[in-house]
Amino acid sequence: MAEFIEGIIKVWNGYGSAFLDGALNTLIVSFVGTAVGCLIGFGVGIVQTIPIDRKDPAWKRVLLTIVNLILKGYVELFRGTPMIVQSVFIYYGVIIVFDYKMDIYFAALLIVSINTGAYMAETVRGGILSIDPGQTEGAKAIGMNHVQTMINVIIPQAFRNIIPQIGNNFIINIKDTSVLSVIGFADLFFQHKSAAGALYLFFHSASIVMVIYLVMTVTASFLLRLLEKKLDGDDNYDLATTDTLAHTSGMYTYHPKEKTLEDFK
Amino acid sequence: MSENIIEIQHLEKNFGSHKVLSDIDFSVKKGDVTTIIGVSGSGKSTLLRCINVLENPSGGKILFHGEDIDAKGFSLNDYRAKVGMVFQSFNLFSNMTVLQNCMVGQIKVLGRKKAEAEEKARYFLEKVGMLPYINAKPKQLSGGQKQRVAIARALAMEPEVLLFDEPTSALDPQMVGEVLAVMRQLASEGLTMIVVTHEMAFARDVSSRVVFMKDGVIWEQGTPEDIFSNPQREETKDFLSRFIN
Repeated sequence: MAEFIEGIIKVWNGYGSAFLDGALNTLIVSFVGTAVGCLIGFGVGIVQTIPIDRKDPAWKRVLLTIVNLILKGYVELFRGTPMIVQSVFIYYGVIIVFDYKMDIYFAALLIVSINTGAYMAETVRGGILSIDPGQTEGAKAIGMNHVQTMINVIIPQAFRNIIPQIGNNFIINIKDTSVLSVIGFADLFFQHKSAAGALYLFFHSASIVMVIYLVMTVTASFLLRLLEKKLDGDDNYDLATTDTLAHTSGMYTYHPKEKTLEDFK
Repeated sequence: MSENIIEIQHLEKNFGSHKVLSDIDFSVKKGDVTTIIGVSGSGKSTLLRCINVLENPSGGKILFHGEDIDAKGFSLNDYRAKVGMVFQSFNLFSNMTVLQNCMVGQIKVLGRKKAEAEEKARYFLEKVGMLPYINAKPKQLSGGQKQRVAIARALAMEPEVLLFDEPTSALDPQMVGEVLAVMRQLASEGLTMIVVTHEMAFARDVSSRVVFMKDGVIWEQGTPEDIFSNPQREETKDFLSRFIN
């Protein structure tokens, strides 16, 4: 046991700051990648749910069909292949085809974003379809067009409903960005490989890295729960006045603060 | 004689091969309170939804101030802003507060300034007795309260006609009263309304015209006295006898 702790200390003293740097890179790429992926997902999801009306002109219907096919291809391609292969494919592909070497940080962000985008597209589509059609009708009935309805009414509700899924993706990204070490991105796993390789303390280094990953994911899921709670608000509405038209007994949770001596001073 | 706001000519609606509405003709003048009565499935709600183009009519014409709403260049969204709708299931925007529900259409569709929209929203919320709840979310309200907010939301657009699609059918009897009270007041103030309802007392006492529908056809229309005291058709008598007794 003492030997194990000694090993841990040795790894930490030598590579502690590198681990923290790597963890920071992991967090940044996961966070930005998830955020950009969400934007892509919303874009794709919104386009895919544009209703095609029989009165629409032919060019609009054809255009929508083509765009939807392309988007579907994108989703299937990036959902259906491993991110580790995608990273190699894109990073070296760009070098060979465009004769251009991407900044490694940019490459990492790009890969995580489009990969997450493919997953989020399906999530967003499901989220939009799950909203009660009455909400769309309510918006149409006061004269809102499709874009206004989406932005003001449907997307905010769909967004609330898919937060758990976004959180899920974020946590998956924290872990799965470890595959980016294959193109040399200096994330937490990359630092572990360097440390373990230099010191031959694989188990000790992995223990530290395990804990760091776990701390990041648990914190992330805690913060997401907090956000969900905040967005949901209270189930009851505190009201001091009375509604003269409704019989309201037993409907509210109005508890006037009991006066204490302090209040009269 | 005042001009017809809405005129419906030979309106038809099919869902697949199922004919829901056939040869519907009627018109609405300013200040009219038209109630449409009939059994469930008679096409009343579909008719109302066709007027607001939530369903596309399969045939016939709807004229708004003499203009065909199906014509090229006719803005459906502008039309809908002038023809409000109150739904059976309220359809309040659940991501917004009561006040925001009543403001969003004014700001986004009518292009009103925020301050003006808020003033209007407050005015109409007060009218329906919901001013104390401006910061509540729909899920915090009872059914009757939601419906009153929905009415305020429609009124805030200051429509020329307001359509009510069975506004009290999803409410328990106690809440029906509060919503009908609001609707009676609006009628007395001269708002043009088309109301699909099962509330016969409302149809008899408040409306200026009653339309009786059965199997997607208008069987009889006239003043409440005509329809309730002196119905001409067997079908109308039969329908009313079940409600009056």
